[in-house]
Amino acid sequence: MAGEGDRRSDPEVERRSRLLGGLHFEGEGARGVAIALLSTAVFLTVVIVAVTQSAGWPEVKRTFFDWGDISSSFPDIARAFKLNVEIFLVCEVFILIFALVIAVLRSLPGPAFFPLRALAIIYSDLARGVPTILVIALLGFGAPALQLTGVPRSRVFWAGVGLILVYSGYVAEVYRAGIESVHPSQEAAARSLGLSRFQALRRVILPQAIRRVIPPLLNDFIGLQKDTALVSTLGVVEAFNQANIDSAATFTYGSYLAAAALFVAITIPLARLTDWLIARDRQKRQASGAVA
Amino acid sequence: MSALRLEGVRKSFGEHEVLRGIDLELDDHEVVCLIGASGSGKSTLLRCVNLLEPLNGGRIFLGGEEITRHGVDANDVRRRIGIVFQAFNLFPHMTVLRNVTLAPRDVLKLSRAEAEARALELLGRFGLADRRDEYPDRLSGGQQQRVAIVRALAMRPELMLLDEVTSALDPELVAEVLSVIRELAEGGMTMLIATHEMSFARDIASRVCFLDDGQILEQGSPREIFASPKEARTQQFLERIIEAGRL
Repeated sequence: MAGEGDRRSDPEVERRSRLLGGLHFEGEGARGVAIALLSTAVFLTVVIVAVTQSAGWPEVKRTFFDWGDISSSFPDIARAFKLNVEIFLVCEVFILIFALVIAVLRSLPGPAFFPLRALAIIYSDLARGVPTILVIALLGFGAPALQLTGVPRSRVFWAGVGLILVYSGYVAEVYRAGIESVHPSQEAAARSLGLSRFQALRRVILPQAIRRVIPPLLNDFIGLQKDTALVSTLGVVEAFNQANIDSAATFTYGSYLAAAALFVAITIPLARLTDWLIARDRQKRQASGAVA
Repeated sequence: MSALRLEGVRKSFGEHEVLRGIDLELDDHEVVCLIGASGSGKSTLLRCVNLLEPLNGGRIFLGGEEITRHGVDANDVRRRIGIVFQAFNLFPHMTVLRNVTLAPRDVLKLSRAEAEARALELLGRFGLADRRDEYPDRLSGGQQQRVAIVRALAMRPELMLLDEVTSALDPELVAEVLSVIRELAEGGMTMLIATHEMSFARDIASRVCFLDDGQILEQGSPREIFASPKEARTQQFLERIIEAGRL
């Protein structure tokens, strides 16, 4: 993970860096902040000057940065963005459950469970191996074409299924890492008290495993939130497609900026929350001295 | 009647044979201490009795009934045997009280009130009542190990297995754990104890078994083993212990 390398052990720096979500300041107190502000200002000035002096800038400025375009397309796109959020929220629930089942199957020990383990492995490999956009296209165009009775024809439905299938592969791996991080002696202790394998898993292993993987799980959900835009490939009007429509009407690209702003409004708080949880987790472990 | 009987118990990890034919019998209320160097097979023996490790040969009887027979419900056997580990193995995400009530509630199907009453009675007896709502990592090692003992006792086991329960403790915390075990022995608990605490073994054991290279080389009363060991290997082991100041 970025930033791991320059992790500091000084508690004062740790505390401040957590507040700012991983931003590190050199120096101390007000002086440090002043230096950071100054260097940021210099950096931004250089970037802005370089961009605005470029040959294509007037054209880019007209097509992308027309405030009128951006603000006029915003309401449409915000309405369409609701669909992205809905897909995200519904898929997230199914992914959390489905991936857990896959991860548990994969962690079953002994030769008797080999077929289930093999299935789980094949599943995660395929889910992570095929590009998401292809999975969505295959399901979204293929499944409704079968015209099976009782099977939904909605493209949004099948796109959601595609996202669930793909992301469950990733999330199952995250869960699995969590399960494997719980020391085997915990299972031995649970089983020695007479708990069945399932009871030990439910009461002892999974609660510890899931707590440890909450930050990486959130990380995957940031990805999922962005990938809801892939549903547009099926012709569904969500934020990205709405931006396309607006852009085609005005021959400008301000609508894309509006759509980007909406995505960022959700993903950045998620990212900050993830960093905060990671930092809190690290500090907790340092405090208890545990090597988990 | 014998509480526990082992007949020719064998256990290998890969090529390495850790237990090479163990015969051992414990009567009800008997306290047997297993001594021997690290790697002599003491812990493995206890884990085999609790069916945490499958045997490669031999049979084990609990209260006259064979528990290594095919088709025996291992969960049922384990609820009748309590085991306490060197590293405590408390559940870190649960309070002391929840650690102790988990198995009585989930396995014995006691109501929450019954399980908590049983747990609080035991915690109180071992001076842990005021720690009931703490999480394990807030307790000292000695307290954690006493909670682990209480957790095992809450299942009302017929037999307790103690695996080096003081080895991970700071020296000043050893006594509080040993006094708990002494109290259990006085209460008539049948126990099989793997230990490095020789003076404790001498004190508490009705019988001491010296394990060497996966076999019980010599067994007898503490007096026989510690004062006049017959086997050369036992003598060597005890001499090294005395040199280390542990006896």
